[in-house]
Amino acid sequence: MSSTIRSSVFKMGGVAAAVALVATGCATGTGGPEEPEVTSSFPPDAELSGELTVMGFGTSDEIGQTRYDLATEELANVDVSLVEGQLNIQQFLSAVATGEPPQLIYADRNQIGTFASRGAIMPLDKCISGEGIEIDNFLDTAVEQVTFDGKAYGVPEFNQVQVLFANSELLSEANMELSDVDGSDWDRIEAAAEAMVKRENGDLKVIGYDTKLPEFLPLWVHANGGALISEDGRTAQLNSPEVVEALTFASSIYDLQGGFSEVKAYRDSTDFFGAGNQFATGTLGAMPMEQWYINVLNDVSPDAPVTFTTFKSKDGEPFSYSSGSTWAIPAGSSNPEAACRFIKTMTATESWMAAAEARATEREKAGKPFTGLFTANVEADRKIKETFVEDAGAENWNAAIDAAYEANDNGFALPANPADAQFQTAWQDAVNSVLNGQQDPQEALDQAQEKAQSVLDKAWESWESGD
Amino acid sequence: MASVIAGKKEKVQLRPGQRRNRRRNVRAALLFISPWILGMLVFTAWPIFYSGYLSLTDYDVINDPTFIGLDNYAQMLQDPKVSLALWNTFIYTVVSVPLQVLISLALALLLLRVGRASGFFRTAFYLPNMTPPVAIGIILLLIFNGHDGLVNEILEVFGIDGPAWTTDPDWIKPGLILMNLWTLGASVIIFLAALHNVPQEMIDSARVDGANSWQVTTRITVPMISGTIFFIFIVNTIASFQTFTEAYTAYFGAGGTTYSTDAALFYVIYLFQQAFEFLHMGYASAMAWLLFVIIMAVTAVQVLISRKLVYYEGGR
Repeated sequence: MSSTIRSSVFKMGGVAAAVALVATGCATGTGGPEEPEVTSSFPPDAELSGELTVMGFGTSDEIGQTRYDLATEELANVDVSLVEGQLNIQQFLSAVATGEPPQLIYADRNQIGTFASRGAIMPLDKCISGEGIEIDNFLDTAVEQVTFDGKAYGVPEFNQVQVLFANSELLSEANMELSDVDGSDWDRIEAAAEAMVKRENGDLKVIGYDTKLPEFLPLWVHANGGALISEDGRTAQLNSPEVVEALTFASSIYDLQGGFSEVKAYRDSTDFFGAGNQFATGTLGAMPMEQWYINVLNDVSPDAPVTFTTFKSKDGEPFSYSSGSTWAIPAGSSNPEAACRFIKTMTATESWMAAAEARATEREKAGKPFTGLFTANVEADRKIKETFVEDAGAENWNAAIDAAYEANDNGFALPANPADAQFQTAWQDAVNSVLNGQQDPQEALDQAQEKAQSVLDKAWESWESGD
Repeated sequence: MASVIAGKKEKVQLRPGQRRNRRRNVRAALLFISPWILGMLVFTAWPIFYSGYLSLTDYDVINDPTFIGLDNYAQMLQDPKVSLALWNTFIYTVVSVPLQVLISLALALLLLRVGRASGFFRTAFYLPNMTPPVAIGIILLLIFNGHDGLVNEILEVFGIDGPAWTTDPDWIKPGLILMNLWTLGASVIIFLAALHNVPQEMIDSARVDGANSWQVTTRITVPMISGTIFFIFIVNTIASFQTFTEAYTAYFGAGGTTYSTDAALFYVIYLFQQAFEFLHMGYASAMAWLLFVIIMAVTAVQVLISRKLVYYEGGR
């Protein structure tokens, strides 16, 4: 039996080697990715037809459905179909590899650099000018995120920002103010974490302060006056003093409270989206968090003693780490004109206003306040706030709305680069190894810096050699 | 035409009519299995061979592959995450496979004794196999939560302060190994079928000769089902080397969290990251071929060892 298997192994290896050799003889290679050629001029008055498959977008709520209805109305002669759910990279890449990509994708903004640098999506400059998409109306940070090597490869929508959430009762018990935990004074944060953390019989009962690592490292670095990457997206700055200090501080807050392992286990055990959330149950003092969580808390525990403010840098300036979604047209899209018209309608101020009206109506029916909408379209944000956002009925929820809008106006973003995913993995691995107690911040970030710079250099070189 | 009798090849002369019948039968058999052969060639053989080619290229899925020779294999030698992922996978396999075999065999032996109720227990043990692996990954995070997970609640009853299974790197692999036992129902069913085939008269004879239950189990039952044990060992070893979904869901994908841990970085997870997150399909293909070679080598060693330990009724 064993000899049979041994013989099979050798035979299989031989055949594989032979096939590989034959196949390599046929390999062509392109010598590197190239920017796809865009031939259409995207005339705004053209009658459009054909098919439009949209991958990664869903109509699960009134914001999506209202705008989708308007877009399909605009493309009355186009057969529009959705591949719903978050963009599945495997599915998208498989479609690209077979030469039949979807006509339009809806992706995270942090994926644009990777896709653009490999020639998977087309520059949208002609689409934007042809269809008259008012890109100047969009948030600068959002546009920067979808701009690669000087060209816009996406039209952004939605903007996620963070605000500071705090339990007012726990703050009061600890003789602390909201300004003590808003990020501007790290000594006060440390004092607040120590004052609010509670243990009973050795078990953690209240988390004093959650710095939300690993995901919010960029927030702490920015608060400390640093940046993870240079503005042109070419140079990693992971072991700069600002980053090392930020990671050292943010991870030390967990150490003060029993260590990251214990804090995370406790955090994971809570009913994050339900009435048993950390603020309703008084088991968390303060944390920075994305603005969408305001609506969750308002829905499930409107009377929770939670209060809000913007997160601030050490010099007291409000800011947030901006992220969101974007529309992009794959290279080889068979109907880029329809895709561009679809994008224009989905991101137009009028469409956002219609969507906001639908949302405000739904909230009113439910007896809940409408806390605003962050569209990445500045004009739409302003009009929506003026038209639909009203008094939320309680001081703390009004503060939440104000904080979110202020955060939205003061965002920063990491620039697009051709190694987005690997760069992100490099710094997140460093944070995780510190949180897991495997490395100290300087050692972890030195290692991450080396890795990140290496992948950035390789990716930029590959992109430039294909030009 | 040769036929194999008791391991020796012997030429048998066939008459012309018999040869025609044999050829006709072979043609008919090939015709009947041709859909499977076609499917195997298109969906299994070709992708395997093509991945061998891709392993010699720089390929990002979007642009054409560029031949780079053995660079991907050389890079693997330099990549600390490859050795880390291999080590994690090796440890996981070495602990989890014997544990799974031992526990499923013990459960099957117990089921053999419960008589008419065994149908219920067979179903009960097999039911977890129907749970999607992604759900198992999520359940893992819940029941092994270090703060108030079910496992630690049970340990607390016995006065044991349970560890942080899902957040302490030292306890993450043990948690995954224990969670893997959730799906040992399939092995239990196979063992049970094998145990039913152990001749009762052999067991009766041993008892007449004064053998106790332990002796019957270790000297008759286990040797008689050694072929099945070997099969389960091989199948579970291969599955362990390819473990992915539960660990990926729990530590690399669930809830959009960016927390992950190197302790759960199994080889196929790293391969997946290279292929679909970093778009290094050529490198991932090379990793896949390394895994293939490792699995073949381990299986070959297991087969060699089995020659001394496995009993086949009627010879090998």
